[in-house]
Order: sequence, then structure tokens, then C-alpha cells
Amino acid sequence: MTEPLLRIEDLHVTFSTRQGLVEAVRGITVSLEPGEMLGLVGESGSGKSVTGFATTRLLDPAGRVTRGRVLYRGQDITRIPDSDFRALHGAAMSMIFQNPRAALNPIRSVGLQIVDAILSHKRMSKQAAADEALKLLRAVQIRDPEKRMSAYPHELSGGMCQRVMIAIAISCNPMLLIADEPTTGLDVTTQKVVMDLLAKIAAERGMATILITHDLGLAAQYCARVVVMEKGRLVEEAPPETLFHRPQHDYTKRLVAASPTASSRIEDLVTEEERGQYLAALAASRPRPEPPPGTPPLLDVRNLAKRYDQGPPAVANFSMTMKAGESVGLVGESGSGKTTTSRMICRLIDASEGEILFDGESIGQVPAREFHRSPHRKDIQIVFQDPNESLNPRFTAFDCVAHPLSRLSGMRPGDALRQRVEECAMRVGLPVELLSRFPHQLSGGQKARVGIARAIACRPRLLVLDEPTAALDVSVQAVVLQLLDRLRREDHLALLFVSHDLNVVRMMCDRTIVLRNGGIVEAGESRALFDHPESEYTRALVDAVPHIRSAGTPRLIEGQLT
Amino acid sequence: MKSFGATMMRAARRFASSLPALFGVLVFTFLLMRVLPGDPAVFFASGPNAGKEEIEVIRKQMGLDKPIPEQLVHYLYDVGRGNLGKSLMTGQSVTTDLRERLPASLELTLTALLIALVSAVPLGVIAALRPGSIIDHGVRLFCALGVCVPTFVSGLLLIYVFYYLLGLAPDPTGRIDVFTSVPPSRTGFLTIDFLLAGDLDGWWVAFRQLILPAVTMALFVIAPLARITRASMLVSLGSDFVRTARSVGLSWWRIVVTYALRNAILPVITIAGIVFSTMLGANVLVEKVYSWPGVASYALDALLSSDYAPVQGFVLLMASIFVVVNLLVDVLYGIADPRVSI
Amino acid sequence: MASATLRHTVWILRGNPLTAVAASGVLMLVLVAIFGPSIVPYDPIASKVSEALLPPSAAHLAGTDQLGRDTFSRLLVATRLDLVIAVAAVGISFVLGAIIGAFCGYAGGRLDRSVGRFVDVMMAFPLFVLAMAMVAALGNRVENIVIATAIINLPFYIRFARAEVNVRRNVGWVEAARASGESHTSVVLRFLLPNVLPAMAVQMSLNLGWAILNAAGLSFIGLGVRPPTPEWGIMVAEGARFISTGKWWLVAFPGLALMLAVLCFNLLGDGLRDILDPRMRT
Repeated sequence: MTEPLLRIEDLHVTFSTRQGLVEAVRGITVSLEPGEMLGLVGESGSGKSVTGFATTRLLDPAGRVTRGRVLYRGQDITRIPDSDFRALHGAAMSMIFQNPRAALNPIRSVGLQIVDAILSHKRMSKQAAADEALKLLRAVQIRDPEKRMSAYPHELSGGMCQRVMIAIAISCNPMLLIADEPTTGLDVTTQKVVMDLLAKIAAERGMATILITHDLGLAAQYCARVVVMEKGRLVEEAPPETLFHRPQHDYTKRLVAASPTASSRIEDLVTEEERGQYLAALAASRPRPEPPPGTPPLLDVRNLAKRYDQGPPAVANFSMTMKAGESVGLVGESGSGKTTTSRMICRLIDASEGEILFDGESIGQVPAREFHRSPHRKDIQIVFQDPNESLNPRFTAFDCVAHPLSRLSGMRPGDALRQRVEECAMRVGLPVELLSRFPHQLSGGQKARVGIARAIACRPRLLVLDEPTAALDVSVQAVVLQLLDRLRREDHLALLFVSHDLNVVRMMCDRTIVLRNGGIVEAGESRALFDHPESEYTRALVDAVPHIRSAGTPRLIEGQLT
Repeated sequence: MKSFGATMMRAARRFASSLPALFGVLVFTFLLMRVLPGDPAVFFASGPNAGKEEIEVIRKQMGLDKPIPEQLVHYLYDVGRGNLGKSLMTGQSVTTDLRERLPASLELTLTALLIALVSAVPLGVIAALRPGSIIDHGVRLFCALGVCVPTFVSGLLLIYVFYYLLGLAPDPTGRIDVFTSVPPSRTGFLTIDFLLAGDLDGWWVAFRQLILPAVTMALFVIAPLARITRASMLVSLGSDFVRTARSVGLSWWRIVVTYALRNAILPVITIAGIVFSTMLGANVLVEKVYSWPGVASYALDALLSSDYAPVQGFVLLMASIFVVVNLLVDVLYGIADPRVSI
Repeated sequence: MASATLRHTVWILRGNPLTAVAASGVLMLVLVAIFGPSIVPYDPIASKVSEALLPPSAAHLAGTDQLGRDTFSRLLVATRLDLVIAVAAVGISFVLGAIIGAFCGYAGGRLDRSVGRFVDVMMAFPLFVLAMAMVAALGNRVENIVIATAIINLPFYIRFARAEVNVRRNVGWVEAARASGESHTSVVLRFLLPNVLPAMAVQMSLNLGWAILNAAGLSFIGLGVRPPTPEWGIMVAEGARFISTGKWWLVAFPGLALMLAVLCFNLLGDGLRDILDPRMRT
């Protein structure tokens, strides 16, 4: 019986903060076999990253291990002196981090940083180390490695920086690699490249890996075993198959339900027990009345383009139409121009070329700085990405929702205004008592609801949603998506859903437009587009989305398909 | 590290973009002369008792009867040729006066800057490496108090302690005492000139006279320098890339010096440039307290006796030094930080 | 509502004793500035040569100067002048700088970049040199000192406001304000500036310390305030002549007053900054 490579026993980690002592990890016990890839999954505040940092002795100075121990190859390493631990750092265990560009020394060339890592544990000449570094760059699939040796981090893309980080981490052949959210913030295609590389390297070198992530699908695709954490405790531990299809713990069930997959529907996002309200609303909504023939579409965009000072246009030749009550998804990776397009459509910036017609009237001609006076301003509203940034910190929740009412609908402070604000709050599921609170006193989900309440206050006809759930925990996201869909059906609201998350878009939108480098690659009915993509780029995007291999997916075992 | 060519390009670009500032100062001082109470021609004449004809001649020469834009061109031409007028006090041309006295000011300021950097940077680094320790609290306390004491007060108190009470410092007037003779002037920096002439006694005298004023001026800037070094080093030590360096097992020296310190130094370079410019202003105070024969005390004496040509020359000189220092700091920063584009 | 703010302030001060001490120091300075002339034990301008150059004693807490005037009384009265000069200079540059900086930072583009470069160059220009130039041109009066200080101070606030507004320019709630019907101008004046002001107010406190030091320095060299007006810098200048003969109190007490005033403003500013944004704590 081989002993596990790593064993964490009843680990407790406490942080001293301004508000007193906070226990981030409350007794977690987990083992890792040599060569195994373990997924550590949880939402914000689950303590997953803290566990990783505690294991590698990289905790913030305010944090301490208060109980429990960490055993590496049977040896207790929890409390050995720092000088002894240094021998382990890099040579026995390594770590890669969330923001790869920030994790590299900005004023030192990438090659030198790898050489530094090599020379910290091995004795060799500078030239030999440089050769080693070159080999490592090749191993992590960096093109033109000779040129990249002298490059600086700011000259490399996010994906390349992460691969350099991997090169640094494996330079001294550690047996254990801890990856803390290594692909958060990277485009989905880059994410696939980096994760595939990581899996390949781990398999080649027999290196055990702990993948810390909030993305259940990611963990399910790459890990042999997944551990779920909630509020500092281990909640469930199982192979991904079992976790997805037969979750035991309540929290796991909610998490699995809320993680959108390629085939989930909106009502699947919450567990059976909580579905009631949503299904009732679905039943109660009337179907959208068909507008008389000859009516112009709600939104008609023709040949929209945006050019900045130099370089290629940010958006070129963008055209689309939308009907009342329809939901359209706008997907693309970073640099695709989706955010610029959405800003042009809701008239916050001006287009360089093209026409925007709303209800047949041209709104593109009105310059963005004058649009606040146009009567159409209240017809097009926007919900923003980061709830932490989308509310004025000096306004209470009530003020946030009341502001557009007073500016655009001309309502004076008084009973009518208060009633309307409370009505909006109730519709988005925000308890009325919370209206007097300031944003910093609200949770992420509550702030998201305030943002939505503000957007629907003036009864808009088109709602532009700019990655509205990207910054939310997956369980909160589930609730917000259901809310948005319900509002759409009740108010016949048209939704323009801008996102990079393909699963969410497939679920929420009737039609989808795929953007790349400012141009439309493909457009069509969502389900058809994702199930049978026509263009290669769309196919690559769909393939890159991490998913659990379902029971029906063929698996390669010893060269034979089963 | 960037190539030499790229650095030169950058220097040239930055110099070009600082020309408008220099031009602005020139125009500003030009307007100053027009607004001055009294007749500019008198300042450029040989003295307040110059005869009417002489003043008329000068006025024609200066083109004061011509329209303003033409006068501006004339003025720029004069300045370009080095003609800054004549001082009523000394009777010499302002350019000569400034040239004679500039080395004294520079010697003082540069020595002070050196003392300040050599004390402040290590203090800041050590304080950052040992947060919460006695040294850290001591440095923070020193910084908090140091920025509060005015330079002229600290200078006078230093004189009181070291000259009056302890008798260690020499009479705080001027650069050398009456008994020592000045060495042959090579650089104008007395300490260097004495060394070059092999006169060690003279060097010691000059050094003793220099120490107190230099320390006074240095005290003024040690506090902000130490504070920025400490803050910058703390940020650097807590950054993600230092965490990566630790996770790979780099040695303490490499982490602190190659990774943390080199990054922390960058803002210090910028601040050192600003500090030097501030010292150009503090020069006035220190030269007054110690009767140091530099350009600032020259200009101040001129100002208070209504002799305005030296003041104009002084402002121009200071502005030029200021622009050059900014340029140097910029180029230095561009060399040190590869993220900065050319 | 007002009582809630008061309670909150008291709670903050209790958690930060140093800031509370600094705040009371500043308060005391303001009180002395307002009431100084009424509470002095001696007439600050009356000279009594028979009592010249006396060291500190019970009768004269800070000794007397070369004309027999009580130093302590002069110190108290000088508070008003130094504070007024500092507040005026900082106030002017604060208001102008905030507005210019906010609009530039919001506008972005070439205007913003050129203003930024100009400000960067001007920021460190030696105040004393400029003050000397202005005094030469416009005359040796207090108003010119205030203007010179305000001009040198202006870039500091422009740059600060510009940076703060730049960071917030594309933030969600600013765009939301536009979507709710606000024009660009009202976004800057009614939304961005109030959000930026607390941080700038912190800078103001630190700035006041700097302004006091400079006002004293300028009058030390003879610019601006002139004798017999009591002012801390002038008092040091007058006392400088006697330092070599050991009459230390003429320099030490005005110096101490300056140091305490600046220290209080600095500590208050640091404390406010720590309260507003703990991440900036150094």
C-alpha cells in the first residue's frame, strides 16, 4: 500500500483581519496519490485557494495554520522552519497562479526568470541553464522559443505568460503541482490549450496536480477525483461522473444544477425543490403578441463599424435585427468587439459608420453625448458586468433605482416614485428592507439585482446585458439568469446578451451571433449553431468549452474504442 | 536593458517634448521684465546713475521702442547669446556672476543628494524587510517628524548644537575660512579641486565647511525618500511575482535584491528627480542660513535690493537645470523599466 | 442623520487614537488662530528694550526677542497669518485643480494627454524660484505669495483629480448614470467629483502642512510678510542673527510651533487616508 504523496489532515487556517479572527479553512482532510490530478472546487469564500496556499507555505502574513497538519511523503511539513521548506519549494512542490502576467517579474526577461528557477536547485553553468530554459519553453509549446527567451512579460499574451509560469514551475521536476485558478481570465480557447498542456505534462512526468477552480465543468473534464468545498469545509469527494450524476450533499446538488452544461435548460439551473416559482411564472406568461405585418423590427443595425485612431477597426460590417421580446446572444473572445458593439447599440459611444434604427427611427444619428435627451433613452437600458462597480457607492439601493425614474420618466420624489421603486425591487426578488442600504452593505447577488431593477425601472423595450453574471458565483448566477428570463417573458423585453460563456448563451438566447476580431463569423438559431456549427472558429469555440464526459461519450482504453 | 540607440532616441524625444516647457519659462521671464516696476533699460545699463543718453542708447539697443513680439525675438536672441544683462550690485554681467557662483550651489546640492540617498534608501529597505520592528517604527517616526521640520530651522539648530554648544563645526559662513587660499579652479567644486591639487589641509577645511549645510539640506529630503523607498519596497515584497519567486525556492538574496528591490527602485528614481528639483528651491534657504556664496543667495540679495537682471537670470538657470534633471530622470527610468515605450 | 454621522465619527476616532490627537491639534490651531490676539498675555508688537533677549521663564514662556517683545504672544498671534496664507493657497488650487483635472481626466484623448504632460513638468518646479520671480514682477506682498503657492500647488490637484476620474471613467455606475439620462458635464460635476473629493480632502490636509512650511520659508527669506508683523518664519529670521551667540529660544520656539502645526496636519491626513482606504496604509 503506497503512502499518498500528499496528505492534508484536519487543516484549520485563520486570518487576522480588521474585523477580528476569520477562519477560512475549518478542518479539511484530503489525500493525493502520486501522479493523480485532483480537483478542488468551490465558490468564493470556500477556502479552496487558502488550502492551496497553506500547503505550499505561501499564505498571506495575516494567515496562520492553527490546527492540523500537512504531510508530504509521510513527513510532517506544517511547521518546519522556512529555511528547510525552501528545499521543497520548486523541487518537490510548485505552484502556478491566477493572474499569470502579474505573477512574473515585469522587469526581468522571461528566459532569465526560468534560469533563476533552475539555478536555485541545480548546480550548473549559466549557459547550461539557459539551454535548459530553452528546452522548457519548447516543452510548454511556445513558438519561437529562442526569441521569447529575451521577451518581457508585458510583451506576451495571457496564455503565453501562463505557459511560461508552467515552465518555471516544472523546471526542477517537482512531484506535486498546485494550480490556483490557472485559467480564470483567459479566453476559452486559450484555456483549453493551457489545460491540455498541463494534463499532458503531468502525465508525462508522473506529476500529481491539484487543480483549484470554481468551474465544475473544468474540474470534471481534467480530474480523476473532485473535492467540493463550502465555507471552509469539505462537503463531498467523488470521481466526476458520480459527482455530476449522483451528487449526495445538498450543496453539491445545488452546485451541479447551477453549472450550465451544453444541454441544460433554464429551469434545470436550480434544484427540483426551488423550481416552483419559475415554472409558475412560465405558465402564467402570455405568449408574445405578433406585431402587425409591415412593422419595422425593434432594433435594426446596418453595417455598423467603429474605428479608433490607428490599426484595424474594432468593429466592422456588423448588421443584425431584433424583434420585440426576442433574446439574442453576442459571443466572442477578448478583442472580438462585442463590448464595443453593445456600447454602440445602447448609444454610449458613437459609431464610425453604419445605421442604428429603433422602431424604424434612426437613433444612430443622434451623437452619444446628446442621447441622454432623446426620448428613446429610456427604451434601451443596460445591465453591467461587475456588480461591485456598477452601483454608485454614494447612492443607496433606493437611489440607484430611483435615479433613472427621476431623470428619464420625470418622476418627482414622492409616493408614486417610492411605489414604483418598491415594485421593481419586488419583481427582481430584492427584499424591500434592503433598499436603504449602500452597495458595500449588499452581497454580490443583491447588487446584481439592484442593477437589474435599475435597468427595468423605466420599462425599457430593449435590455443590453454585458456579461451580467460573469463576476457572480455560479449559484447566484443561476438565480439571476432565471430572473432575467422571467422578466423577459412577463414584459416582452428584448434581450441582447453579450457573453463569452457559450453554455449560458445557448440556454438564454433564441439566436446567437459569433464575433471574431470585429467581424461576424456566424449567426443563427442558438441550438442549431452550437450543435452543428458551420464555421471552423465556432466549432473550435464549442469544443473548447470544458464539459464532463458523459456516460455516452466514447473513451479510449488501450487503443480500442469502447 | 535596452540598446544604446533606443535610449538615445528616447532621450532625444523627451528633450524635444521638454522644449515647450523651456520656451514657456523664457516667455514667462520675458513678460516678467515687462511687468517690473521701473524701466528695464535701466537694469541693463551700467548703473542707476547712468546718464539719460546712455539709457536712451540702451533702450534702442534693447528695442524697447519696438512692438512686443519683436522685443521677444530680440530677447530670445540675447538669451541665446548668453547676454542676460548686468547686475547693479556686482557690476559684472549676470552670466559671469552666475558662472562663478553655480559650482558652489551645485557642490552643496549634489553632496546633499548623495548623503540623502545613501542614508534614506538603506533605511527604507531595512524598514520594509522588518515590518513592525523597532527599526521600522523608528524609520516611520523619523519620516513623520522629518517632513515637519523646516529646513531653515533645522539648519539654525544644527549651528547652535555643533558650533555654539559643541564647538565641532567651524564658523558657519561661506565655503572656506579666511586663512585658506582657494585652489586652482578646475571644476569649481572646492572639495574636488583641493584633492586634484593635492592640498589635503585645504580639502579638510572645505569639507568641514560643507558638511553642516549639506546635512541640513539632506535632512530635508531623507524623510520623503526613506518613506517612498519603504512603501515601494513593501508593495514589491507583497507582489504576486515575489510570491512566485518564493514558490520556486529562490534564495533570499535573489528574491530581495533581484526581484523585489529592482522593482521597488523605480518609483524612487522618479521621486529622486522631484526631490532634486525641490532642493533647487531649498537652496535659497540653506544658502541664506550659512551665507553660502551660491546662485540662490546671489539672486535673493539682488531681489531684495531691487536689482532685477540677476533674478531673471537665476530663474532661467533654475528652469534649465530643472528641465535637464527631468530629462535625465526620464531617460534613467526608461533604461531601468523595459515596460516604458520609446 | 447628523447625529448618526457624529456617532460614526466618534467611533472612527476611538479606533484611531493618533488621528484623534492630530484632529484635536488641528482644532486647537484653528481656535488659536481665531482667538489668538484676544488671549495673549502681552502685546505682540509693543517693544520694551529693557527686557530684550531674555531666556524662557515663568513670566515669558518663550523668552523675549531683541526688542523685548514676548515671543510666546507673538507665536500665538502668528498662527492666524500662517494658517490663513496656507488655507487660501491650498483652497484656491484645490477648487481649480479639482475641476480642471476632473474634466481633463473624463475627456481623455489628446487634450488629457497634453495637460498631463504639462502638469508633470510643472509639478516639481521649485516654488521658491517661482515665488521670487513673482515677487520681483508684482511686488513684495502677501497676496503674491498666496498666488505663487497656489500656482505651484495647482498641478498636484489637477494630476490627482485626473488620475482618480480616469480610473472611474468607464466604471459601470458612470455608464449607468449616462444611460439614466445624465449629460457628460453633470456626470463629472455631480457624480465623479463627489466620489473623488474624499480622497482629495485627505491630500488637502497633507498639503496644508506643506503650505505652512513654505509660507514660513518664504517670509524667512524676506518675501511676502514683513516685520513687525508676527509670523513664524519672520521670527526665525530675526532670531537667526543671535543663534551663534547662544540665544536658542528665538529660533527653537517658532520652529517648534511650525513643526507641531505641520505634524498635526500630516498625521490627520495620514489618519484620514487610512480610514478611507486601508489598502493604502504604509
